[in-house]
Amino acid sequence: MPKLVFLATDLALYGLVAVIAFYIWHALRTPTLRQTWRSVLHDAAAMSAGVVLMLFLVIAMLDSFHFRPLLPAAPGAAADAAPAYSTRTLSVLDALLAGPRESREKTYSVPLGTHQYSKESMLVDGKSVRDFPRLQFGGAHLKDPAGEWRGDVITRSLTGLLGGALTAAALWLVVAALRARSAKTGVGTSLRAIWNRTTEVPWRAMLLTATVIALFAGWVAALWPYYHVFGTDQTGNDVLFQAIKSIRTAVVIGSLATIATLPFAIVFGILAGYYKGRVDDGIQYVYTVLSSIPSVLLIAAFVLMIQVFIDKNPQLFDTGLERADIRLFLLAAILGITGWAGLARLLRAETLKLGELDYVQAARAFGVSDAGIMRRHILPNVTHIVVIVAVLDFSGLVLYEAVLSYVGVGVDPTTNSFGTMINSARNEMSRDPIVYWTLLAAFAFMVTLVLSMTLFASAVREAFDPRARAFRVRRAKPGPATPAVPAVIVPAAGT
Amino acid sequence: MINYIVRRIGYGVLILIGVNLFTFMLFFTVNTPDDMARMNIGGKRVTQDAIEKWKVERGYNKPLLWNADKPGIAKLTDTIFYERSVQLFAFRFGASDSGRDIGHELRERVGPSIALAIPTFLLGIFVVIVFSLLMVFFRNTYLEFWGVTFAVFLLSISGLFYIIVGQFFFSKTLKLVPISGFSGGWDLFVFLALPIVIGIVSRLGGEALFYRTMFLEEVGKDYVRTARSKGLSENVVLFRHVLRNALLPILTSTVAVLPLLFLGALIMESFFGIPGLGSYTIDAINAQDFAVVRSMVFVGSALYIVGLILTDISYTVADPRIRLS
Repeated sequence: MPKLVFLATDLALYGLVAVIAFYIWHALRTPTLRQTWRSVLHDAAAMSAGVVLMLFLVIAMLDSFHFRPLLPAAPGAAADAAPAYSTRTLSVLDALLAGPRESREKTYSVPLGTHQYSKESMLVDGKSVRDFPRLQFGGAHLKDPAGEWRGDVITRSLTGLLGGALTAAALWLVVAALRARSAKTGVGTSLRAIWNRTTEVPWRAMLLTATVIALFAGWVAALWPYYHVFGTDQTGNDVLFQAIKSIRTAVVIGSLATIATLPFAIVFGILAGYYKGRVDDGIQYVYTVLSSIPSVLLIAAFVLMIQVFIDKNPQLFDTGLERADIRLFLLAAILGITGWAGLARLLRAETLKLGELDYVQAARAFGVSDAGIMRRHILPNVTHIVVIVAVLDFSGLVLYEAVLSYVGVGVDPTTNSFGTMINSARNEMSRDPIVYWTLLAAFAFMVTLVLSMTLFASAVREAFDPRARAFRVRRAKPGPATPAVPAVIVPAAGT
Repeated sequence: MINYIVRRIGYGVLILIGVNLFTFMLFFTVNTPDDMARMNIGGKRVTQDAIEKWKVERGYNKPLLWNADKPGIAKLTDTIFYERSVQLFAFRFGASDSGRDIGHELRERVGPSIALAIPTFLLGIFVVIVFSLLMVFFRNTYLEFWGVTFAVFLLSISGLFYIIVGQFFFSKTLKLVPISGFSGGWDLFVFLALPIVIGIVSRLGGEALFYRTMFLEEVGKDYVRTARSKGLSENVVLFRHVLRNALLPILTSTVAVLPLLFLGALIMESFFGIPGLGSYTIDAINAQDFAVVRSMVFVGSALYIVGLILTDISYTVADPRIRLS
């Protein structure tokens, strides 16, 4: 039995999923909320983005169940000896991708390469030659790489793409069949409806997105066991594996930092707007002080402090991963502590307005306590602002993480993140011959994540904020609703 | 008006005191000077002697707030708080942890920072306005749709990508401009061209979308309808009426960032080797030079507060209907 490990960010992510689930349940029960979210459900771009985001979320969650594998009993150990666990903490995702994780080369190799990217002295027939050595894992099954490589890659790619296409076709049929069943029509009619975009939910856009994902996933699945699809980095680690691991870091930073701002912003914003006067002055003073400090410096100051704390108390952390994780967790918390001023300002303004409305005055006249009014009458009426700001902030935070890692106050250097990947890519791009694949992988994954979130967020904003709807791009005639998302994934799939 | 400004400045000083106390708490009580010394000297096995010596050299061996050993007023002034925090209000920054005069460094580095920040800022505003105005001009057409799509795409790319790819493409492959560096005279343009262009592109997406909504808001107003019904062409309506009226909120909102231009562009400067305040800050963070970080926090928030006051004043100048009291 492996030993389960619950990292701080794991627990926070479980909490996040629970909160989202609760919100969905709540939204389903509330007719007005259901109506608002329905307009998001009917937005083609947002729903395609949603498909991509779900995939990222699933990957992040798989990467958030950690355990330490049981080591085989030492030879000659007593039968009742305490079980020994590995010092390395793995996640479910690590276990699923054990192949690419463990097939470690010596140094750089190009995507789908069979040979190392730098020459080495080798013994061939008793003579010392300097040449590019074969990779230990990438293309190891080929006897004659020069002759077989092209054919092998093409056959495997085609197989993979075919597999992906079949999965996608199955998906189309399943959706069509399910729709047909509830609408009591034939599967063919249902398929045609989806294709002609006469369905309420934009199934065609979502299914097209899913098709692109399936094709890419099929292609990767066919090649990854035999090649390093995105090459390897300086220490020989698989780049695609790192990019996939980075997803969790990005999701953690984006979501936890947003969540961490909420308590401060909601409590202080509503208190300031409700009580006005002295309380308002005090709270405004605090957030002006916080927002007047340049945010990078403020974050740097905090991060330098926690680094001292971590270095001083090494005994608190069992494994290196736990230490890196607590830094990630605290970084998200710091981003929250330093970033609540903007939302608090919005909530204060909205509360000031709400406080003057008749129903609040009525509640006050009936003798409802201040806390009661804030909880029952103000909070529910400002949640739309909270939801808008929370989804809008996510993308910004993911991008910010990269900058912070560059400045040296981001995640722990051992944590996989887009920031650390870009950071290492800096030197690789000025290397000769250049190493472009780390940057490319980080770019493809990061843009897909951020763009999806941006599209989703703008649909949410349009749904909750009627004023934003006025700025929507209206085209003269309804054009093809090809979502922007698949267009972005294509370059990644084509490499 | 004068009365109001004086009060605003008073409030600004109050905020600065808050910032100062906050950073002092963060840097000296959460973290003791001993910790700083240990981090700065580096290594696990640091002797107490080395720490004491490091502290004496930098004056961190004094008591934090109250020096009971000294006579009279020196009880208050011969402390870390007075020497390191109170002195900041007179813009006396003291020496950095590596022993150099911070004030001198700041004066030296402000020039290059401004040389980069001001052209980026001005050209940036120009490009963004042109781009967003064109989107409004072609509204409800495919051009607008693709313009918005393009802006959203630009918005989703990390600024670091622009820098790395730009350096690779323009400096390494095409050899149009040097990869990094700085110098005076005519060479300045060669060194600054790429950072300025990248600085503009990396801000374009988000700001163009924001300005577009501002312009669209103006387009819906009554005076625009009047202008159209007078028979003015769309060009004249857009460029003479809408642009002028939308510029007011745009300009007043950008006044706030003007003072912060002195701080320079953190990332841009350090990538392009420009010896400005931004790269100074990043170097200080990397070298864990707490004295410099503290000074930059102070300077940064002072500039931010100046920006807030300027914004208030610019409102009254731009819109006579607003009266400050």
